[in-house]
Amino acid sequence: MTPPDTVKQSRQMQDDGPAAPPLPQAAAETLPGGTSARISLFRDNPLVRWLMDNPIWGFVLIVFVFFSFASEHFFEFSNVQNILVQTSTIGLIALGMTLVMINGNIDLSVGATLALAAAFAVDVQSWAVFASWGNWQILPAVCLALLVGIALGALNGFIVWKTGVDAFIVTLGAMLGIRGLVFVYTGEQSFYAMNFAYSDFSVVSVGPLPVLALIFLLCTLAVHLLLSRTVHGRNTYAVGGNREAAVNAGIRVGPHMMINFMIIGFFAALSGVLLSTQMGAATPNLGRDYELWVITAVVLGGTKLTGGKGDIIGTFGGVLAIGILRNGMNLMQVPAFYVYVILGGILIAVLFLDKRFNRTANGGLRL
Amino acid sequence: MLLDRLKAGGPAIARQGILIAFIVFMIAFTFMSDRFMTADNLMSVFRQSAIIGVMALGVTIVVIGGNLDLSVGSMLSFATVLVVDLHDKIGPELAIPAMLLATLCLGAVNGFLVGILRLNSLIVTLGMLSVIQGLVLIYSGGQNVDIADQQGTWFAVFGRGAVFGIATPIVIFGAMALFFHVIMTTTPFGRRVYAVGGNPTASTFSGIPRSRVVFATYLISALCVGVAAIMLGSRVMGSQNNVGQGYELQVLAAVILGGTSLLGGAGSVLRTVLGVLMLAFIQNGLILMGQPYYTQWLVTWAVIIVAVWLDVAAKRGRLLSPIA
Repeated sequence: MTPPDTVKQSRQMQDDGPAAPPLPQAAAETLPGGTSARISLFRDNPLVRWLMDNPIWGFVLIVFVFFSFASEHFFEFSNVQNILVQTSTIGLIALGMTLVMINGNIDLSVGATLALAAAFAVDVQSWAVFASWGNWQILPAVCLALLVGIALGALNGFIVWKTGVDAFIVTLGAMLGIRGLVFVYTGEQSFYAMNFAYSDFSVVSVGPLPVLALIFLLCTLAVHLLLSRTVHGRNTYAVGGNREAAVNAGIRVGPHMMINFMIIGFFAALSGVLLSTQMGAATPNLGRDYELWVITAVVLGGTKLTGGKGDIIGTFGGVLAIGILRNGMNLMQVPAFYVYVILGGILIAVLFLDKRFNRTANGGLRL
Repeated sequence: MLLDRLKAGGPAIARQGILIAFIVFMIAFTFMSDRFMTADNLMSVFRQSAIIGVMALGVTIVVIGGNLDLSVGSMLSFATVLVVDLHDKIGPELAIPAMLLATLCLGAVNGFLVGILRLNSLIVTLGMLSVIQGLVLIYSGGQNVDIADQQGTWFAVFGRGAVFGIATPIVIFGAMALFFHVIMTTTPFGRRVYAVGGNPTASTFSGIPRSRVVFATYLISALCVGVAAIMLGSRVMGSQNNVGQGYELQVLAAVILGGTSLLGGAGSVLRTVLGVLMLAFIQNGLILMGQPYYTQWLVTWAVIIVAVWLDVAAKRGRLLSPIA
């Protein structure tokens, strides 16, 4: 759900100058030949409108169709399951990153948090204190790992709130520091899960859907509802759109941003736990560069870096786009090198197209 | 009375925070290890910091211009692999200019996208990071590259040689730092970079060609990466194809520690040198104290937060942020 038009208009005026008045519909219909009428009808189609607002889904459709024809194994249900499971790692973090970026912040420390949570989850299972719990050892381990993620997120949020230092710098430092914590905790070793129930979890299916994909889809739905239907979600847009106005409107901006950092910390930890169930292990270098992929997915989905705009549907599309590209190219046996080039190129292209098509007939100084 | 004087002088002292922290660390490390304050050790630290240092010089100029450059890490991989690979194919005399030209082309792409198309520099350089990494992998075919005849080539002088008894990387780093400092402080170009970073609209109204200035900053950054690649390739006489991975964040940390604001318009090349040395001395001091190498990241985390916090607090006059 996009923010109300007044907020959108005021942001437009902030960025580009006063918007051009919309063309009156009557003029379009009375033009001879009927071409303009057909174009205006085309634009009135709600589906087309939606696609123009969320272009990433058009891209997802195109690649999906392309790979369905280009590779014989792509258009199978098991492959769709694969894609969902493979993208769930980045996808879960991207949900939290969307919230943080709509807030006008960013979180570069998610990869390191993922690694620390994975290390906790795998290691705590083997603590002596839980030795007699049998399979229930997993529960405190996972809970502790998630708590670690939330705590680190809270720390980041608290520092951003109280010191006023930009989130980029705070989380840059946190990324280095938390990675240091990972190495301190693991002693540069990899941890292996002794309990097979833990690594078997990753292949469990609930009906037709693997449980990892189910968790990802449920979380997507939950965060979408959070962002679009709750007060917290509306405040997220407000704080990101205009922080001073949000402060003046009585929103407690500091705790609000801290909560969003805790949410992304939770998702980073959850992603780390689920990744370690897939691997059956936790390595100290896990999650390196994940934050870059997450940011790529979120920006592809239409979230603006400056804040105030974006939604979960778009992020989900961005995540799927990356997943489909990687999966499809894998199936076509394209060397992995090309994926980097293509994804980077798409990111830049999306940025360029977004700038091009969102500069409607506005004035604005061409500097 | 004294308290009032201290409070009034507080912000001024906090602005010099990084310098004070640097001095404090140096003194602390001198006490904690007797090998720290030796000429050998200091020279070794200077030499090791040269590669990140040279890259940080270029990134500082980009940041002063109001943008970011996250692609320097993979650009370093690209340039190092290229110069090492071409060294054996066409000889070092041609390999170096060829590599510099290729790196400048990449910098030109960055400059075009950010300067002329006015796209967001964080995302563009993030995308370029990915693209360049892919290009390196495609070029090298996933292999690492080595120089065949490692003893007999004069290429070694950059990474392993010495000029007047001082290691070459130090000389290069120092010379470039001075050079860029002079450019940024005395020439019209330097002043234009500060203007564009500080207030893009006003600078355009003043007649400064904003696109060209930003384009030039990215060329400078690419040039610095090229020089760093020469030093790195020469030192190691070979290269992994992802050698530069993660460098961009260390470089950024050094720039931030040096007091340059990520918003642009302020900062100094010499202070970045201080930031680079600070990071290098933290690593060195902790190692000499017997700490495992990853402890430096914890210390760096704390130092970055505290240093930037004090700087921000000094500018707004209050220690804690006013938002509720």
